[in-house]
Order: sequence, then structure tokens, then C-alpha cells
Amino acid sequence: MNRFEYVRAGTVAEAVQAFASGAESRFIAGGTNLVDLMKYNVERPDRLVDITRLPLDSIEEHEGGLRIGALVTNATAAYDERVQARYPVLSSAILAGATGQLRNAATMGGNLNQRTRCYYFYDEATPCNKRQPGSGCAAIGGVNRIHAILGASEHCIATHPSDMCVALAALQATIRLAGPEGERQLAIADYHRLPGDAPQQDTNLKPGEIVLSVDLPAEDFSRHYTYLKLRDRLSYAFALVSVAAILELDADVIRTARFALGGVAHKPWRDAEAEALLQGRAPTREVFEEAADHVVRHAQPQSQNAFKIELARRAIVRGLTQAAAGTPQPLSDKRIA
Amino acid sequence: MAHSISIDGVDRHVGAARSRVDGPAKVTGLAKYAGEFDAPDLSHGYVVSSAIAKGRITAIDASAAEAVPGVVKVFTHENRPRTAWLDYNYQDQVAPPGSPFRPLYDDKVHYSGQPVALVVAEDFDRARYAASLLRIGYEAEAPETDLTRQQDLAYVPPKKRSGIKPPPGARGDADGAFDAAPVRLREDYRQAPEHHNPMEPHASTVVWEGDGRFTVYDKIQGVSNSQSYLMAVFGLKKDDVRVISPYLGGGFGSGLRPQYQLFLAMMAAQVLERSVRVVLTRDQMFSFTYRPDVLQTVAVAAAEDGRLQSVRHDAISGTSRFEDYQEVVVNWSGILYECENVSLNYKLAQIDTFTPGDMRAPGAVTGVFALEMAMDELAYATGQDPIALRLRNYTETDHTEDKPISSKELRACYAQGAERFGWQARNPESRSMRDGKELVGWGMATGVWEALMQKSSAQAVLTADGRLEIGNSTADLGTGTYTILTQIGADTLGLAMEDVTVKLGDTSLAEAPLAGGSWTAASSGTAAMRACREIAAQVFTLARGMENSPLANVDFERVAFRGGRIEVTDDPSRSVTLIDAMRAGGLDRIEAMGSAESDPGQMKKFSHYTHSAIFAEVKVDEELGQVRVTRIVSAIAAGKILNPKTARSQILGGVVMGIGSALHEESMLDHRLGRFMNHNLGEYHVPVNADIYDIDVIFVDEEDQANPMGVKGLGEIGIVGTAAAIANAVYHATGKRIRHLPITIDKVLE
Repeated sequence: MNRFEYVRAGTVAEAVQAFASGAESRFIAGGTNLVDLMKYNVERPDRLVDITRLPLDSIEEHEGGLRIGALVTNATAAYDERVQARYPVLSSAILAGATGQLRNAATMGGNLNQRTRCYYFYDEATPCNKRQPGSGCAAIGGVNRIHAILGASEHCIATHPSDMCVALAALQATIRLAGPEGERQLAIADYHRLPGDAPQQDTNLKPGEIVLSVDLPAEDFSRHYTYLKLRDRLSYAFALVSVAAILELDADVIRTARFALGGVAHKPWRDAEAEALLQGRAPTREVFEEAADHVVRHAQPQSQNAFKIELARRAIVRGLTQAAAGTPQPLSDKRIA
Repeated sequence: MAHSISIDGVDRHVGAARSRVDGPAKVTGLAKYAGEFDAPDLSHGYVVSSAIAKGRITAIDASAAEAVPGVVKVFTHENRPRTAWLDYNYQDQVAPPGSPFRPLYDDKVHYSGQPVALVVAEDFDRARYAASLLRIGYEAEAPETDLTRQQDLAYVPPKKRSGIKPPPGARGDADGAFDAAPVRLREDYRQAPEHHNPMEPHASTVVWEGDGRFTVYDKIQGVSNSQSYLMAVFGLKKDDVRVISPYLGGGFGSGLRPQYQLFLAMMAAQVLERSVRVVLTRDQMFSFTYRPDVLQTVAVAAAEDGRLQSVRHDAISGTSRFEDYQEVVVNWSGILYECENVSLNYKLAQIDTFTPGDMRAPGAVTGVFALEMAMDELAYATGQDPIALRLRNYTETDHTEDKPISSKELRACYAQGAERFGWQARNPESRSMRDGKELVGWGMATGVWEALMQKSSAQAVLTADGRLEIGNSTADLGTGTYTILTQIGADTLGLAMEDVTVKLGDTSLAEAPLAGGSWTAASSGTAAMRACREIAAQVFTLARGMENSPLANVDFERVAFRGGRIEVTDDPSRSVTLIDAMRAGGLDRIEAMGSAESDPGQMKKFSHYTHSAIFAEVKVDEELGQVRVTRIVSAIAAGKILNPKTARSQILGGVVMGIGSALHEESMLDHRLGRFMNHNLGEYHVPVNADIYDIDVIFVDEEDQANPMGVKGLGEIGIVGTAAAIANAVYHATGKRIRHLPITIDKVLE
């Protein structure tokens, strides 16, 4: 861990300004990922701007939906009654991740900005384009059973590790930002990016921008939803594949279908065409399989992760089945519904 | 009862469930571990690890690191002090044959993660920061860490490792009998390499006492091993180095050999004439010993009725380039069952990693997994119940040594385990049982481990206030050694447990062996009992010699030690308190030594083993590949159980670790880099609470004469066979034989 300067900001404007005056500044809130990365010498900030005192820690009604402040902890958001009642898929996704201790410290904004768990990214003894642009990707041809099958590039095959963001993708949340040039909004779909030839950039945040809130739309997806996560042990492991699914059913017809995958790409993965295939159809296994086949049609396996293609296909089918039946994946019973 | 501790044959604490005497210190943080001891002017060393697996260091630029304020010194191979020259001096008490790794010896890199520098600074954070500024140039060669590519070069180790029996010679004609038998199976089995990952990372605090004398706090499973290593390597006299290790946060074998942080801390302390602490990071816990990769083939053949005609077990184990690590992998296949034609073969092949090492039930976890899966396959091939097949081939003889087994209540393990589990309700057909979306599978396996005893001594002191202190240099890895020695002392002298103190892990105490091999209860327990009996005899002599002694003319055999008194067994009204006896004798303290070692006559006549039967229930969501181990019954035959509470905990821990082997644990090598890649606890998966459901432990009655207390040890037996029972249950559930552990989602989907 390198030596750094530490400043605490009292307002958003102060935070943005304090950030700009360092050459390699980082905002810090819960620190559950950043501090690890600093210990591994992956992040070497010269200045930490502590934003934990900013007034961004409330959950408020907003245009019929909810506005969740960037500093609301993952635990607070997941257990909030309004979130549980109106966006249970988000609550479920958050609680599928990490551990109680981590969720108590981690924030909404931090979760959005957490970095990949690629082994090579964390190990400075190995090449990694995300850590050190131009050094190469050792995961390609290496130990890659946890890596991407969709949207990867020859420069990077890392995945985004968040569970929360997968639910936010399905919910079509909006991320509100502030930066040196003022406030703006990004749709969750535009927040994270694919690696392309610049895998060092995880998101479309501009330098010095800070997350203010996560805004959830005024839709009700409390009846037909699920968050299904498949992993190498039954808790405290990142997803090999996860599915957040929300459906609106009218009698026996799917009116709206939205689903996103975690653990398969550099960002939460949505496929608009596959969702469109579900529109107006009956919620049957055949229909779900059609959509699932569509999602994985362009999937590209790495040397050790071909199984993830079939696993993703089956997880989509099961996830949509759970959502349609109104039997979401329970969190405490590790039996898959 | 054949084995009692009390003089009068009525044990009060031994055999009864007692809570850990070290529990309160551990849960309140009072218990200190090697990296927590402090010293005036303590400096901190941070290890820099090699980025390459093979090659040499061409340059080390330490200028930026040395310029950091607070940095004391950067040690590399270029400026290290001279230490002992001969390999012999580096061979610790359990070293395998070969040339032990010497930290900072020269510019050669033997494995990925090898320590290549030690940065010593005034505090830990400065040392860690300065370490990140070292610039090291390498000339890398291509490493070879893929055992499958080295197996053609496998060899029978020319020199055997002390204490490890090589496979016995062939008996009968295994290959001929195999070809002639009506039922034949031959399959390959493999278990992923595993790292021990105790909670507490390895650490050493070396305290400079002046005049070349040191007190060393080390994470080690036996302080005498660290002490003799330091003496030999650094030319120290026994009086110059005292090693202390009161508690371990788990060891599982990783603390048997002195590890490189001890060498580095002592080296720095000696040069700097100053106290130094070196604590490894979690990532660096993947930079030394591990359970080796082993390629196994088991061929079994039987008559139609399941009677074994031939057993052949071949194993090729990975080892390092510099030491021939050996463990007992294949011998179990000649011990567990009756068979006239047996061929057991064990070879090594070298790869560019650190030397593998003993990890909980070393060799047995690996070999018994393969054998017990093969036996399950044979049960299906002959259409028999898996227990019936094992009973058909049951033996009371160890044919590898041609000796009867001293005691083997394995039949009772099968019977009681099966009953508790409800085995009789099992439909033998695979894929026949379901619970909702999940397939249900029931599998079982046998476990076996050696019942060993080592030469040990113990000291005991009874003081005038009626308190007893027992001590020796062995370690309590968290298993309950403090507690059972307290029980033994309390029962021998008729004291309350609160009046007994046990001290362990200090070279100033009576010499005892490393804690490993499940031999500590038998070895240190017997020595402690004898030391306490010697005190009992002495205090009795004092009591009888008192003026008008109520014990006058009473023999030692006719007294009981109860409630702090010596009483006539059949007339408790005649008694003397221990305190009065000592006062009358004018003594402040009575000291005694006890020793123990295995009886050569008994060893010559019998083989000694611990046995178990493990029953597992799994539920498998076949479509998604998820396996849950929903129930385990482990029935154990381990002789006398000194403390059912700590004993049960040991088995629970072994079972959980077995679940880890079966479903989770895997150190993943990148063969191009020669590096274990998932080197942290986020990505190296051990079971978490969510993975653990019901575990039921049964101890069956077993009388054994192997040692004076009749105990066999429990540290390892809980893990042996557990993975096979689970893998067999997965087959029963799904019809899929997964012979390569761990059973992860991808393998279930295949």
C-alpha cells in the first residue's frame, strides 16, 4: 500500500473539488473493495477523498419511484421496507452478495463501482490490461473458469462481480451523477461498459464524477421476479452465472419481460431481442428456452469456462420459470426453487 | 473399564464432556498468537515474493525502498548473512529427503511466490510500502507445474521419508488375478491440490534478549522443531534460543515444518541485534506447503459374489525439484480389505512448486478417497449393498505387515452409522430418490488412519496450595490438548479442573513431539498421567508418614484421590488432604517427570488403526449442477474417548474439511506462469456455514491395548473417507461418477 493524502469532504461540491486537486484521487466510502485493492498495489491513489459525511444517505420517494442515496449501505437498502415491497428483486440480489459484515459497510455507489474479481487483476506479478494497459491478458488461456462468455475482447475477459447491478439492470435504474461539469444522469445500461480496447475503464464515469443516487422507476415488479445466483459454494462466492428476472403477466400472457445476467460479461448483460421474444407469449418452458438460446447464441467460451454457456441458458430458463410462477429464489433456503 | 486414569479406577473428568479450558482466553482475545507478542523496539519485516516460478534474479534495486524513512534494512540474497553450509542443518524433524529450501540463498528462483527479499522497518505499514518499491529483474525460464506432463518421468523415491512406510511388496499376482476375475474395474481418480489455510497466518516474532540470546514466538506445531532448526542453521546453542508457541489458530500440518518466515525473522534479528516480527499475508500462505496433486489408478476385481480377487493401486504424487516429499497414499488399499492379490505402487514426479507437505490425514485423504470410490463402483458392478460388500471383504489382519489389528470395531461403525442414518430405507438404484426438483443420493465410505504413539515426556508440579501444573512442549492446535491434560491431571490427583493448569508450547518445558499424526492424546496424555501418578505416590508417602496418619499401614492400591484428599477406598472417613500431607512433609512443591513411548512388544505383535464409517446424503439440482450435502453421519472407532465434547468437535471439523475436499477446495495452477492463482480466501473456497447442514457423530465402544490409556487419536480420522462418501452419494443421486474432486457445477453439468 502506497502513501496517500486523506481529506474528508462535507459537501458534494467540496468532494468534487478535493478530487480534482489530486493527480490520482479516489473517493472512498465503505472501502470494502478499494482498501483491498490498495493493499494489493492495484490501486495506488495519491489522495483519498472521504465522502462518508456527504448528505447522500437517505431513501426517498421520487417521481413515483425511489431515490436511493449513494451512501445508503447495501444492508440498509436491502432491508428497507419500501425496497422489499416494491423492488424485491433488488433486495434479493443485494442479499445474495458478500456477507453481512461487508453489506453493512458497502454502499450503493461503491457497489456500482466495484472492480472485477479476475485473479490476474489482483495479482501484480501477472500481466493484466485492466491493471496495467498494454501488458496483456493472462486470463486468456489461463485460469478462467470464472470469466466472461459474452462481450469480452482480446484485451480483457473479466466480469463485473456485482449482484446488485444485475437487478438494477433489469429494473432499468437511473444513476444520478455530479462532477466538475455539473449534474447528469446515466441509464444503468450505459453506466458500465464492455472492455473493448480500453479495459482499464470499467464505467462511463468521467474523471471526478461522483454517484449521487440510484433512482428506481415507478413500476411495480413485486409479483413476478427472482434473483437466481449459481456459484461454487452456497454463500460468500461470486456468481458463475446469475439471473435477475422481472415479468408482468396479463392472464397467461407476458406483457413485459426484463432479465439481466451477472457473472458472464464485463457488465450486467441484457439482451433486448431475447426479451422481445417473450413479449406477448405464454410463459412456458419452450418460450423461455427460446429466449435463453437467443442470449447465448453469440457466447464465446474461454479455455475453462465453456460450461457457463449451458449454465447461463439453464439459469435463464429456471429464473424466468421462478418469476412467472411467483416463486422467487429464497435466500435462506439454499435449495433452488 | 480397562483403562482408567484415577488411582481408584473411577474417572470423574476423563471420559466426560468438558468445555475447553482455553476457550475463555480465546474468545476474549487474551490468548496470544505468534504474531501478537510484543517487544521493546520491535521492528517489522515484510516479505517480497517472487513473480516468476523458475529462473534467476538478475538485479534488485532497493534504493527507493531504502530511502523510505523508517526502513531499517532490505535483505536479499546479495547481502544475507552466512548461515550453515550443509543441507543437513536445514533438515527439520519431519523433512523429507532432499535439499531443503533456503530463503535468500542465491539468485535462483525455484517456485512462484518464493521469498526474494525481506524489508525491515520501524512499523509494518512502512515495511509493506517500501516492499512495493523494490525493483527486481528476472531472467525467467518456462516452469513445469502440470503433473500430467511429468508422469512419464515418475520414479520410486530412492530414499524413504522417515516415518512413512513405502508400499509393501506385491502379494499374490494382482494383474493375473485381475484378468481372470469375472468383475473388473479400473479407473483414474484425482483430487485437486489444496492449501491448508489455517485462520492464523504464519508468523514469527523473534525477541532479541541481548548477548546473542533470543526468545522466539513461532507458529509451529512443535516448538522443539523450530528450536533445533534455528540452532542448526544459525549456529545457536540450546540455551540461546527459547521457542514459545502457546496457541495456534489452526495448523492442519502447515505448521509441522519451520516455515520461511522463521528463518527470515531470525536472520534479521541476528544481523540487526534487534527484535523482528514477520507475519505472512494471506496470499503468501499459498507460497509454501500444500496437499499434493496425485494421479491415481485403482483396479479392483471380484468374484460374482463381491469377494475381492485383485486390488491394484498406483499413484504418482507431485513433489518439488528439491525434496522427495512422501506420504502413505496406496498402502491403505492393502490394509482395509481381505484380498490375496494386491499390488501397491507409489511414485513421485517433480514439478516447479514448493515441496508439498502433510495436510490433515496426509495420503489417506487422497488414497482412501480413490479406494472407497472404487469399492462403491464394485458394489454396483456386483449388485450388492455397499456395506455388504465391505463386510464380505472384512479383515481383522493387516496383511501389509502380516499382523493382527489391535482392535477394529469397524463392524460396529457400519452398523450404528447405518442405523442412525436410516440406510436400510435406501433404494440402491441410482436416480431413484427425489425431493421436489432435487435428486437425492445416499452414499457411504470407510475411513482409516494410524493410531500412533510417539516418545514424549511431561512434567508436573504439585504446590503447597494444592494446585497442580502440568506441562510439556507439544502444541494444542485448537483440538483440546490443554483440556484433556487438565482432565487427566485432575482425575489422577483427585482435584477439581480449576485447580489444574496446563502449559504447552515452550522449549523450557519437558520435551514432547510435534503435534501431528493424531498421536498427541496418546503420547502426551500418557506422559502427563505418569508424571501425575509419580506425584500421587510421593504425596501418599508423605501422608502415610504423618504422625498418627489415618493412612498408616494402608497400601497405595487401597487409596483413592478425591476432592483434594487421599482416602482409604473402602473407608473414606480415613483421609488426609494433599495440602496437609505437603505441610507435614515440609514441602512447597513436589515435582515429577513422566515419559511415554510405544511398547515395542505391542508394536511387534499388532498393527494399530483408527476406523470410521461415513454416511452422506446429497441433494442435487441436476439441471443447474448444484450439490448440497444435507446430512452426514460419521461413526468412529477410536478407542477410549477422553472428552466427548472436544472429540466431537474434532470430528465435525474433519467432516467439514472433507466436504471442502469433495465440493470446494482447489488450488488452481496457471501452468504457463507456474503460479497458484486463487491465492486468497475469497477465491480459494472452503465451506461456509451455508454449505453445512446436519453432521452427526457417533463414537462406538472400542477397547485397545496400544497404549496405557487406550486412546487412538482423533485429529485426522474425521476427514478420511468423507469425500468418497459424498462422491458416492452424488453417483447414487445422479448416476454420474465424478472421479476428479472437487465436484463443482461444471463437472455435474458435463
